[in-house]
Amino acid sequence: MTALLEMRNITKTFPGVKALDNVTLSVREGEIHAICGENGAGKSTLMKVLSGVYPHGSYDGQIIYDGQPASFAGIRDSEDRGIIIIHQELALVPLLTIAENIFLGNERATRGVIDWPVTFQQTETLLAKVGLRETPGTRVDSLGVGKQQLVEIAKALSKNVRLLILDEPTAALSESDSQALLDLLLELKGQGVTSIIISHKLNEVRRVADSVTVIRDGATISSIDARGGDLTEDRIVRDMVGRDMASRYPERDRRAGDVVFELRNWNVWHPEHADRQVIRDLSMSVRAGEVVGIAGLMGAGRTELAMSIFGRSYGRNISGQALMHGKPVDVSTVDRAIKARMAYVTEDRKTLGLILEETIRRNTVLANFEAVATRGVIEENRETEVAERYRKALRIRTPSVFQKVMNLSGGNQQKVVLAKWLFTDPDLLILDEPTRGIDVGAKYEIYNIINELSAAGKAVIMISSEMPELLGMCDRIHVMNEGRFVGELSAAEASQQAIMSLIVRE
Amino acid sequence: MEQTDRAPGTSIGAYITKHIREYGLLFALIAIMAFFQVVTGGVLLKPVNITNLFLQNSYIIIMALGMLLVIVGGNIDLSVGSVMGFIGALAAVMIVSWDMPVLIAGAICLVAGMVIGGVQGYFVAYWKIPSFIVTLAGMLVFRGLSLWLLAGQSIGPFPSSFQSLSTGFIPDLFGVGRPNGLALAVGAVSVGLIVWTGLRARARNTRYGIEDEPWALFLLRNGIVAVALLFVTWKLAWFRGLPNVLLSMVVLTVIYVFITERTIIGRRVYAVGGNAKAAKLSGIRTERLTFLTFVNMGFLAALAGLVFAARLNTATPKAGFAVELDVIAAVFIGGASMAGGAGKIVGAVVGAFIMGVMNNGMSIMGIGIDYQQVIKGLVLLAAVFFDVYNKNKEA
Repeated sequence: MTALLEMRNITKTFPGVKALDNVTLSVREGEIHAICGENGAGKSTLMKVLSGVYPHGSYDGQIIYDGQPASFAGIRDSEDRGIIIIHQELALVPLLTIAENIFLGNERATRGVIDWPVTFQQTETLLAKVGLRETPGTRVDSLGVGKQQLVEIAKALSKNVRLLILDEPTAALSESDSQALLDLLLELKGQGVTSIIISHKLNEVRRVADSVTVIRDGATISSIDARGGDLTEDRIVRDMVGRDMASRYPERDRRAGDVVFELRNWNVWHPEHADRQVIRDLSMSVRAGEVVGIAGLMGAGRTELAMSIFGRSYGRNISGQALMHGKPVDVSTVDRAIKARMAYVTEDRKTLGLILEETIRRNTVLANFEAVATRGVIEENRETEVAERYRKALRIRTPSVFQKVMNLSGGNQQKVVLAKWLFTDPDLLILDEPTRGIDVGAKYEIYNIINELSAAGKAVIMISSEMPELLGMCDRIHVMNEGRFVGELSAAEASQQAIMSLIVRE
Repeated sequence: MEQTDRAPGTSIGAYITKHIREYGLLFALIAIMAFFQVVTGGVLLKPVNITNLFLQNSYIIIMALGMLLVIVGGNIDLSVGSVMGFIGALAAVMIVSWDMPVLIAGAICLVAGMVIGGVQGYFVAYWKIPSFIVTLAGMLVFRGLSLWLLAGQSIGPFPSSFQSLSTGFIPDLFGVGRPNGLALAVGAVSVGLIVWTGLRARARNTRYGIEDEPWALFLLRNGIVAVALLFVTWKLAWFRGLPNVLLSMVVLTVIYVFITERTIIGRRVYAVGGNAKAAKLSGIRTERLTFLTFVNMGFLAALAGLVFAARLNTATPKAGFAVELDVIAAVFIGGASMAGGAGKIVGAVVGAFIMGVMNNGMSIMGIGIDYQQVIKGLVLLAAVFFDVYNKNKEA
């Protein structure tokens, strides 16, 4: 069989970061090709290069599609050639019907007037193809995620797809929906559709993939032909994680004190889908001076766990008990959680952590105005002194604390968020992806800050998708999957293989 | 890393470009006043007309103070015109028809305004209904209720004690008469205060190394403000002195500047408007704060209603009609951001004056209400366009 797609030596650079470094990918006509890699390995970037989201010219390297060099200027170009990408977050309009969604932007119409009979007829044919038993007039928001996924595929088929790309297609699906989707992929393969699936679930990869490409740190690590029989989960896991982690993490005295924080039988349900349990009967504890990691893939429920603890900022029907220093505490609102001496450094600093339009000074005192005010009136001198103190302590690089935080680099913004929480003098810090999107040097500084905090007797929970970071920083690591802890590893027994195995073998 | 942010020297030109919005607003007001002064043949700045300018626009300025907080908090209030009319009607019924003492009736009116604002704020803050819809409903409800309260008639006149709320003048403590010694003294003292606080802030900023405006600009800006203030008080002194309503406006403005810039609650409103999620995750009770901005708005709308009724000396079913548009326009001309999180009290007040001077000047010129609306609309569009244009250029 010949190659339908060849991506040769693709290199894509963002300011300061090489996201893809000489990546090579070869997909044969009529196969299902799996791409595996950790979060942030560069899988999505590669697919964006392929589909023209990053247009020709914004990357180096060559794409050969269907025997000819391709230079897509945008998604439309790649779609015209039959390359359709289905993203992890579905791109359907919930209030429109299935038929309207399938032909959105591609309407069956004459001179601008939609031909409804033809639209419905073709929709029915497509729905039959993907095995979805719904009428074309059904509104998309009344469908479950699994069925919506099928609508997306039907939409792809309506555009005469030759190469179908699915980004984590089963991440949000139940077991039976996942099976149905994988069966459909195999069926489409029988009809000559080539697919690329990006997936973390290695059992699924093994079931449907004809070949696998593993990407790590923006580079192709291996291309494995499944038909040769040398595809094992161990092999993939090894390729996904094997990297050196020498001296990227500062040394720390590991001395655990008394238990600071304890969580007992914590249960959380999804805020909109009342029947979906997001966190299942979790219990954990953190000691003073301890850094406890939570590992898991996206969607495992890590952020949801943190936010549900911190003032019930996520979920509903939350049950369970939170204790600080052995006493139950009320964490039902954020200000009560702060009073209980908890702090939560959010995953997404720009939308959840900072007021971008405001100055460093104002963001620093945001969670603890009272400490710089007398009877409700802010004393600006005290406020400035506080901001200056944290600027120096955390080495925030800025001309002055009167700069707007939007002008800072990611690493310095993250330090401002940390400053905000340190100023509330917490005993427990929950750090959610504390180094996401910041450069290596800044990461090292953040690690140093974390170590200083634990040395000062704070209890730290660290959520991260970067396993080396957890391994380098934590005393213990809980491995989380589908709302549960599926294992706990001490610093000594933890390795990337061990973590990955716990996740993928679930 | 981001050292590039350091201001490239503090040349006057660079500083003005960076703060083009604030200076632009001040110069726009001056330009508009100069324009109308010329085309009205000097009528605009006659003592009697300056007094009128304050009387005519007082209720807009009072409401702009509350509207600024509502808009900074990320909401809008379309009902303020109707609420203002309704409260005026309520006051007329209580004072004129029922012979209630003015003070008690006034207090009831202010509380009623807060309750009205509270009810609307409750739906916006705790039920997350868009403020546009809640207050659109409020606009219709209170328009209807004032019609019902007045039974379609005008009610008046008010006793003189009530009228003095708006049309009264502060007696000249120095007993000079004409020119009014108190007015002159107040003018001189406020100039002194403004320059003194400006200098103090400057000294403090220099101590903390904030790049500040060049001396020349500082002097020019304060010079313009001082001259304008002295000029206005001088003119007022040659008419009947300081109107009561001017005093309440100034006091309210100072209070709200203080609240927005120096108090926890004020700064939290900016935080909520700037990023509600981040504010909430920082322990700020965002719902309560939103609720309070509406209670405050209701209070000021009620106060405006009293001032307005006192000035007309009657409550009419048409009072407050379309006033919300002038108030909202004033706030946006003053540089507030539609998305919330940014905007200044002083900007809103200057914006209100710009609208007021245009209304007044065009009326003196005898321009029809039709053209007046067109011109005001274009000025609003131009002001906001100017904002957006500058933002795009920055980015």
